[in-house]
Amino acid sequence: MASFRPSDHVDAERDADLDERRAAPNQPKLDFVGYLRFAWRQLTSMRTALLLLLLLAFAAVPGSLVPQRSADPNGVVQYERDNPQLFPILDALQVFDTYTSVWFSAIYLLLFVSLIGCVLPRTKHHWQALRSRPPKTPARFERLPASTTVDAGDTDAAKAIEEARSLLKGQRYRVEQYGDSVSAERGYLRETGNLVFHTALVGILIAVGIGGGFGYSGQKIVVEGRSFTNVLGNYDSFNPGRFFAETALDPYTLTLDDFSVAYEEENLDAYGQPIDFDASVTARTRDGGEQQSSIKVNEPLRIGGTDVFLLGNGYAPVITVRDGAGDVAFSQPVPFLPQDSQLTSVGVVKIPDGLDEQLGMRGFLYPTAIELESGALASSHPEDRAPTMTLEVYTGDLKLDDGQATSVYALDITDMVQIAGRNAPAETLVLTPGDTIELPDGLGSVSFDSLPRYISIDVHRDPSQLWVLLFALLMVAGLLTSLFVPRRRMWVKAVQTDAGVRLEYGGLARGEDPNLETAVQELAREHSQRLGLKVDR
Amino acid sequence: MTEELASISLVGVYSATAVYTIAFIAFTLDLAKRTAERSATVANPYVSASASASVGGGTAVLERTGTTVDAPAGRSKWVRIAMSLTVLGWLLHIAATVLRGIAAERVPWANMFEFSLTATAIIVGVFLGVQFWQDLRYLGAYLLGFVVLALGIATVNFYVDVAPLVPALQSAWLVIHVFVAALATGFLALGAGLSVMQILQARREASGKGARFLGTLPDAHRLEMLAYRLIVVGFVFWTFTLIAGAIWAERAWGRYWGWDTKEVWTFIIWTLFAGYIHARATRGWRGTRSSWLAIIGFAAIVFNFTVVNLFFKGLHAYSGL
Ligand code: HEM
Repeated sequence: MASFRPSDHVDAERDADLDERRAAPNQPKLDFVGYLRFAWRQLTSMRTALLLLLLLAFAAVPGSLVPQRSADPNGVVQYERDNPQLFPILDALQVFDTYTSVWFSAIYLLLFVSLIGCVLPRTKHHWQALRSRPPKTPARFERLPASTTVDAGDTDAAKAIEEARSLLKGQRYRVEQYGDSVSAERGYLRETGNLVFHTALVGILIAVGIGGGFGYSGQKIVVEGRSFTNVLGNYDSFNPGRFFAETALDPYTLTLDDFSVAYEEENLDAYGQPIDFDASVTARTRDGGEQQSSIKVNEPLRIGGTDVFLLGNGYAPVITVRDGAGDVAFSQPVPFLPQDSQLTSVGVVKIPDGLDEQLGMRGFLYPTAIELESGALASSHPEDRAPTMTLEVYTGDLKLDDGQATSVYALDITDMVQIAGRNAPAETLVLTPGDTIELPDGLGSVSFDSLPRYISIDVHRDPSQLWVLLFALLMVAGLLTSLFVPRRRMWVKAVQTDAGVRLEYGGLARGEDPNLETAVQELAREHSQRLGLKVDR
Repeated sequence: MTEELASISLVGVYSATAVYTIAFIAFTLDLAKRTAERSATVANPYVSASASASVGGGTAVLERTGTTVDAPAGRSKWVRIAMSLTVLGWLLHIAATVLRGIAAERVPWANMFEFSLTATAIIVGVFLGVQFWQDLRYLGAYLLGFVVLALGIATVNFYVDVAPLVPALQSAWLVIHVFVAALATGFLALGAGLSVMQILQARREASGKGARFLGTLPDAHRLEMLAYRLIVVGFVFWTFTLIAGAIWAERAWGRYWGWDTKEVWTFIIWTLFAGYIHARATRGWRGTRSSWLAIIGFAAIVFNFTVVNLFFKGLHAYSGL
């Protein structure tokens, strides 16, 4: 079984064809090529693979201890705020991008170079082994890990060997006769599985590394009754892969017809906990096709080569602001960000034009408002059973014109004056749907028209996905065969002695084979039975 | 109705824990009472069978091997009591788990308390099931000690009332992913136990010193082989857990892998056990060294379930606490 194992594999000493190679590093003259070869052999040794595997496990730890930019960018900002001294050091070490860091990449790339360097020659040798004859019968069986003998008296040696041959063949061994002996081998699948497994690992890496680059993901908030068209400019945020081209976007349109949430009503321990989110959408594709579907958590909508996921939801009160003359300056749904499980939400309205002054408002929304003893408002249920919105109003400079990107959820009040709210002469505006309240100083009025819900969706395209899954399944298949198919050689030899024919049986396992001993004994037993020998038990 | 069932279930958990505790004591007594005398009869059959067959040379010596292995240790009265109690405790445990599921009208593994409950039931199930393959009752004290501790901590610290599944957890993959993870944990726990024994046994074989009960256990080589075979099964299940988790993550969050803390630790554990399998095939790493890797791997599993769940921030915030 000429299988090429790294020289420090535990089975390597039994590979006669490796002896030569192992001697090689000791050769005195190590020229440049010699050094290279030596380095390569080190890199593709079992010990290096083991070391790199353990190193990889170890190197993955820091990424779980501190927030990662890719998964939790806000966490990173928070971390910087909490640990201003430690942050720059860790950041220089790329700990906040552990899994794309130089050191982490170096480890897995080395590991995969080692892997390829290990698998290629083994594949070649395995290919040859698959087409070569089982090896010659060893002279002495006692040195084999499992052996036994049976006295066969005056049995005909040729007949015994022929019988052994057919017996082993029946057990799916590949057999070859050498004189008065049979050599048999089975379990090539074990090595095949091992090679498939390791190759599939490379496949996964390539699929993730390259295939992933062609994908993209983007996020968008969609309010009930409104639509979203899949073109680049429409996204609230967008993360293209390395090889992304805008033509990859398929401009379909989704309209959010309705978003409904079911809440737990009976179990008082979990009262008000959402148990189902259901977004009913109408999808229109470019070719004019129209289709009703629903998006749920765990049930994305597959459309136009993308998957549309339901990530979050909240309320988007429709707010209308009129100027002193009653003309509309602003009227649209404003997505509010949920702050707790009762969906107490905060939002910001910015009106740069249309009024005498720039106007900013900071609002709180309580879907089911209750008044606490302190007089403050709170929400007692996430559903809009008694919605109330409060607004603090500012006038002054919104700082929208200096070209700096600002968050739609934040109001910069450094150059603004509160005209209604806790720190102003006029009180905070308190509205329920349908209410209109006059702004101070005849500035105009604010109306709370209605309270639709919004959903935030995540649109993904990842062409590598199927490949990754395919390789993962190949990996499992390879793993199962390589771990559970026994790989062994068996020999049966008929030796002529003064007392008659003595049958010798020997077995050799490659890799783990706890049943080798039993297999040799079984072979001897069955063979004896076939030959009609009496067996002591 | 829900609350009654949940409280009956809790009584079941207490009873199972109590029975397991007595079983644990019985297992410990068994270990304490075993004497080194028996060791003579258990001299490594794995090797000796081969020797007797080939050296004996004359007529056919075709004894069946394998089945008599470790048998002498099983004669103790204590170990039989301990096993019966374990089975009894397990039935109570299963009943409690099923009741919890009925009370919640879903699979009983949606928060840390429930996951501890179900996982420990599966672990004990693996322990009992494995006995049909090999007599590993000498691991009883280790395994039940672990389970009693886990159940105790779960009921005291992690208990939460029945609540419906949040939408993110409503998936068939939850069932598969979590079940297979628990199954893997069962096998890897036993593998780690055997690895501990291997280390103790190897030390005893080298120095002649060590706990008396070790004399009644298989030799270090065989302990290592048994550990390997269990860990390999556990590893396959863990691989499956990893893949099922990725598929589920893709369905729920739109990406199959995002280096979330829980994903990171699942990966670390997988890599550690891949390391273990490699170590077993690397010259110089067989024996005690690879045993340590198996123990570290299992420690990482426990760490993943406790510390990572409770203190690390991530999307998998399912502890329910
Ligand atoms: C990404 C890195 C690697 C991983 C995750 C990995 C994982 C595994 C696993 C799970 C096994 C057991 C299943 C099987 O036999 O197919 C295995 C076996 C094996 N691996 Fe790797 N491996 C990696 C890299 C390497 C490298 C670089 C080498 C070459 C030096 C190597 C050589 C082997 C060999 C020779 C075996 C057979 C062990 C035996 O005889 O029991 N592996 N590997």
